[in-house]
Amino acid sequence: MLKISQLVKRYGNGAPVLKGLDLEVPGESVVAIIGASGAGKSTLLRCINRLVEPSSGTIELNGLMLTDLKGAGLRAARRRIGMIFQSFNLVDRLTVMENVQSGRLGYLPTWRAVFRRYPKEDIRRAYELMERVGIAHYANKRADELSGGERQRVGVVRALMQEPEILLADEPTASLDPKTSEQIMELLRALSREFALPVLINIHNVAEAKLYTDRIVGMRYGRIIFDAEPAALDTAAMDDIYAGVPAEERGEMVNVTPLRAKNA
Amino acid sequence: MVSMDPTPQEWARYTPRERMLRFAVFLFTALAIVWSLTSIDVIWAWVFDAPQQMADLFGRMVPPDARNLPSILSVLLETVNIATIATAIAVVVSLPVAYIAAQNTTPNAATLWLGRFILVSSRSVNTIIWALLFVAIFGPGIIAGIVAIMFRSIGFIGKLLGEAIEEIDKRPVEALEATGASRFKVIVYAIVPQVMPTFWAVAILRWDINLRESTVLGLVGAGGIGIILQSAIDTFNWQEAATVLLSILALVVLGEVVSAWLRKRVI
Amino acid sequence: MSTAPDSLPDGLPDTWRRPPLIANPLLRYGLMAAAVAYFIWACVMLPIDWQRVAQGFARAARIFSGAFPPSFERSGLLIDGFLESLKIAILATVGGVLLSIPIAFMAAKNLAPMPIYLLGRALIVVARSFHPVIVAIIFVKAVGFGPLAGVLTLIVYSIGFVAKMLAEKIEEIDWGQVEAMRSVGAGYFSTLIYGVFPQIMPRQIGLSIYQLDSNLRASAVVGIVGAGGIGSTLANAFGRYDYDFALAITIVIVAVILFSEAVSGQIRKRIW
Repeated sequence: MLKISQLVKRYGNGAPVLKGLDLEVPGESVVAIIGASGAGKSTLLRCINRLVEPSSGTIELNGLMLTDLKGAGLRAARRRIGMIFQSFNLVDRLTVMENVQSGRLGYLPTWRAVFRRYPKEDIRRAYELMERVGIAHYANKRADELSGGERQRVGVVRALMQEPEILLADEPTASLDPKTSEQIMELLRALSREFALPVLINIHNVAEAKLYTDRIVGMRYGRIIFDAEPAALDTAAMDDIYAGVPAEERGEMVNVTPLRAKNA
Repeated sequence: MVSMDPTPQEWARYTPRERMLRFAVFLFTALAIVWSLTSIDVIWAWVFDAPQQMADLFGRMVPPDARNLPSILSVLLETVNIATIATAIAVVVSLPVAYIAAQNTTPNAATLWLGRFILVSSRSVNTIIWALLFVAIFGPGIIAGIVAIMFRSIGFIGKLLGEAIEEIDKRPVEALEATGASRFKVIVYAIVPQVMPTFWAVAILRWDINLRESTVLGLVGAGGIGIILQSAIDTFNWQEAATVLLSILALVVLGEVVSAWLRKRVI
Repeated sequence: MSTAPDSLPDGLPDTWRRPPLIANPLLRYGLMAAAVAYFIWACVMLPIDWQRVAQGFARAARIFSGAFPPSFERSGLLIDGFLESLKIAILATVGGVLLSIPIAFMAAKNLAPMPIYLLGRALIVVARSFHPVIVAIIFVKAVGFGPLAGVLTLIVYSIGFVAKMLAEKIEEIDWGQVEAMRSVGAGYFSTLIYGVFPQIMPRQIGLSIYQLDSNLRASAVVGIVGAGGIGSTLANAFGRYDYDFALAITIVIVAVILFSEAVSGQIRKRIW
């Protein structure tokens, strides 16, 4: 259970990006966070594992107060939070196996990490997970030899290697083509069920969000203004969330005026 | 500016302002040259005599005297060893220096400035000047040469490596921090693999440069082939000096070939 | 998978080794052993007088205590030395850049006939291969101590770099412009002036500024073997154990080098 209350984040002296945000994610569910660019989706996700330092407010994961932690305690807590990134964030020059095992870095003794002497159970688990997502035969390939969809699968396996209690996904499909992006969403939903994991997904593509998630949270200007099951997201709610945002940014192309007509 | 006349009678490549600037630059350059020519402490008769003197000197070098070739070659090998050992040590030492001199990895502002200070002082003092100092400290001999080359190389390698660290893709670093990995493990997994190609390229490049530099250490007493060259020149044994020069030429060209080959293999 | 001998019943391996850089184990371990052996041999073979080295720390302490505080008392000598280095650098840059142009044309594959190309390349290789200090010591013997030897040395040094870079630039010029000149019936030299020079001019100016900067650095060094400039002043100070003056000279050299590097960097950024 993830519990966020009164979360505020401001960069420097500017206006806050997150303005006293409250959110609860119980048990195994896939939650989509939608909103225009700059609504604070990415900042919210990064506040949870403290890649971004919250200005005030609390975040609690299964009884552990994340916002109080420092140093080794924070690192131990981060092991319990898996994260998947828009641009995959793999180390290109390492093999797929090394990238996958880097999810275990928080647990491994330093010498094992440096000399790549991974414990047997970790290697076995890595192969199992890679087999599950269909990349086991790539173990010895370099990460930059893989296609986008395959790279994101490596990212997913890396996060799962952490044995996380929650999965954060920051625009996991934004760099992928439509078909691959659906496969990844499908995979995330299936994994959420298999591992009984809550999954929090920032997403641009509203159609995908409706199709693959259990709940949609709409953000605007650092506040949550919509929170319900996907079916409840109607045109009126969409207009609230995306008011004033060009249609092409909503992930559904409607009423796009052809350029030539505009210039004529 | 552009004239209103549709077909101007005159065409000029530059605007008047540009022309003024160019003229000023030319004038300044000309003045600098004139100042140098008129005030430099040179006996002009010697200048006009110089081609004659050079021809005379090269005439005395022919034919090269190869009687001492075995000992020249063994000292040449020693020269290679100086360059290689010094490069190897410098590479190892420059790693932590690069780490603290890179803005994104240095622990704090004090270490950043320490790192930059080491790089600047190492880089701005030439190998030969370092050699002068270390000859005074350690006495004439190879150790002064190795330490001198090492001191100069640390700045070179450290600077290029530090820049490579500053230019890495930060996204994998963020990802590994998110897994709860310690700082050291993040370095080993996310930073080291990214700077590896630069690391090898810089090490090979510096080895090539050091090979050249180690040939002159002997001229200030810091070991290597330069000592033989110096003594041949001092005793006016120009034919042996010619052999030494030819072998240095061969060494440097060979070093360039080897380093080009290594670069292709490693990267 | 050959790297997974003890796989489990369901076929998934539980061991993994990173694929080595060199696949052949014999070659891999052979190379490692050779490298280790070389370093041990090289270290053992070096003729090092450890007793003399051991005294080094005491000497270092003496030198540094003699060097602090740096003495700027003879600043007149210091300034004269620097002005001489500057003159040497300016004249050598002018001479070197002018001589580089014909040599670069000789060494450009697309313009020069084979024998001339080889001669041009050979000149560049020789100029590049010899460290300026070696060139300087020969010139000192031929034309005597002083700035003349310095200027001649740095001309050779400049040719090694400028002619090489310029030849590369000439080799990659846009041949279409040259053909256009030829097609309107221009002669060889007009073709050069209108078809080739405009394409290499910006590079040539940038190179000249860079070379002035590196000549200034090098002039500090060649002076040590008697070729004039601040290097000679430094070598004299060292020879007379005037370590405080030597430190003062070194500090000024470093400052000037940093300054000239910054200036030439700025200028080149605007031109290139």
